[in-house]
Amino acid sequence: MLAVTSLVLMIRLVPGDPATVLLGPRATEAAKAALRAQMGLDQPFPIQVVGFLWNVLHGDLGMDVISRRPIADIVMAQLPYTLTLIGVAMAGAALIGIPLGCYSALRRNSWVDNVIGVLAVSAIAMPSFVIAIYFVLIFSIQLNLLPAIGSGAPGNILEQVRHLILPALAIGLNWVGYLARFVRSSMIEVLGERHIRSARAHGLRESRVLFSYALPLAILPTITVIGVGIGSLLSAAVLTEIVFARPGIGKLMFDSITQRNYPVVMAVVLVTTILFIACTTLADVINGLVDPRVRQTS
Amino acid sequence: MAAVVSWRFETSRVGISGTLGRIPAALRLVTRSRLGAFGLMIVVAFILIGIFGAWLAPHDPNAINVRARLAPPSWTNLLGTDQLGRDILSRVLVGTRVSLLVALSSILLAAALGILMGLASGYGPRWLDRILIAIFDTVRSFPTLMFGIAVIALFGPSIWTVIAIIVTTTFPIYARIVRTQTMAIKNTEFILAERSIGASPVRIAFVHVLPNIVGQLFILASMDVPVVIMIESGLSFLGLGIRPPNASWGTILNDGYAFVRNSPWPVIAGGVPLILTTIGFTFLGETLRDLLDPKLRNER
Repeated sequence: MLAVTSLVLMIRLVPGDPATVLLGPRATEAAKAALRAQMGLDQPFPIQVVGFLWNVLHGDLGMDVISRRPIADIVMAQLPYTLTLIGVAMAGAALIGIPLGCYSALRRNSWVDNVIGVLAVSAIAMPSFVIAIYFVLIFSIQLNLLPAIGSGAPGNILEQVRHLILPALAIGLNWVGYLARFVRSSMIEVLGERHIRSARAHGLRESRVLFSYALPLAILPTITVIGVGIGSLLSAAVLTEIVFARPGIGKLMFDSITQRNYPVVMAVVLVTTILFIACTTLADVINGLVDPRVRQTS
Repeated sequence: MAAVVSWRFETSRVGISGTLGRIPAALRLVTRSRLGAFGLMIVVAFILIGIFGAWLAPHDPNAINVRARLAPPSWTNLLGTDQLGRDILSRVLVGTRVSLLVALSSILLAAALGILMGLASGYGPRWLDRILIAIFDTVRSFPTLMFGIAVIALFGPSIWTVIAIIVTTTFPIYARIVRTQTMAIKNTEFILAERSIGASPVRIAFVHVLPNIVGQLFILASMDVPVVIMIESGLSFLGLGIRPPNASWGTILNDGYAFVRNSPWPVIAGGVPLILTTIGFTFLGETLRDLLDPKLRNER
């Protein structure tokens, strides 16, 4: 994983000459040279790479040339919005998806199970930004129920929650389907295990068998899935933030591209990639802790 | 000599023709499941639209008519018009071709690249395997859309950049599967027999290993289409993919969303085909997988 991270960092350094891009084709040579010196681009390439890595390890992503603020500050100011969005989306998806999956597993092959199954697959297939657009169309414009733009005034919690519902639902919907299916198959597997049979043989009430013995085991593997999911929600969040004009990483990235502010774009990609890798690794570690079988095989 | 040749035919389990020959049978099986039949129907319908849509379009998709801008559906414009007065139905029909062409061609390229890399890594020397695995893992460790946006920021938006992004982000999935399968097949008796009569590694890889894994790749590709369509339309929606005035589902949504408060029709017309195709391909892929390869069920 460390190797991956450093490789990723190297790739970040490939961008062309930012000075030319930033100042446009009519800039004088002197102005370009001054800007290059300011950004450290006049140094030999290996020194740039090492310097950049060194700075990144110290939490320094360089200075933004346009607003003259540290890039790290800019990114960190936007990160909480995106993380809240992803966290709420995932929590919502788990709250809806896991019970649906359990219910399907208990009523296996009934018509309810079939309907949930078809809906789950459809939910997985739908692109989240299209769902986001349709939500805006239905709930904000036609029904005028929930706000479509922004994230609510700071300090006003109720307003902020109202602004969070639609985007979180839009990116969480895929995961409702995914979790429902995942929990269903893992619950069916657990219900077939021998210790469940002996619990029943001991005459325990069915509700106790389900909630104390089967459910915890069935839910454990979803931790890993959720960990990987938080990483993949990053991509969905970018598009959804733009649809809802919410502040956040995606909005920052999009605005930076339109301003041709590539160092910020690269910083955002770097931060999200690290986040993505961190989530995946964390999920692996947790999975190893809770499920000894994984540790033995790997 | 004759004996050796016949030995080969008996032992190399499936030939290319054998794999392709099974496709009609598989499709017949698919239609037996309601979900699969539904998926197949949608997929075939959209492929037909993709091929013939441009001729079915009632108007020129790029013809501007400012007087009739943002019109609701009528007999002249069945799905209404967009902010420049362009006929939305025509744009959707033509856009289908662009979206499907980008999706299918980039998946084909990704699969081809994945097969080459996977065979090289599974059948080649150990050091090559190590290097290739490192490459696969590095590419997979980016969040797809972030990677796409960053690449476009560097090279500028165009249809080719989009295809290149999709190929680079999806080929490792194919390569990984090909690699594991190759390694599993590598030591079976029929491959050992093949080696003993002096067949070259390249011949073994393409003539004997590849046909045995084509079925799995086919399933994977069909389940990948929704993801790829999402990337293309997502990037186009951001204005970073297909360039206007050319129509694709993403650009129709992009144009429509800017005027969503004036007219809902462009957004509805751009989104519905997108949702239908992704659902169609997913249903088809799921059914194929359940039928042909229950082992894959838990891997994705």
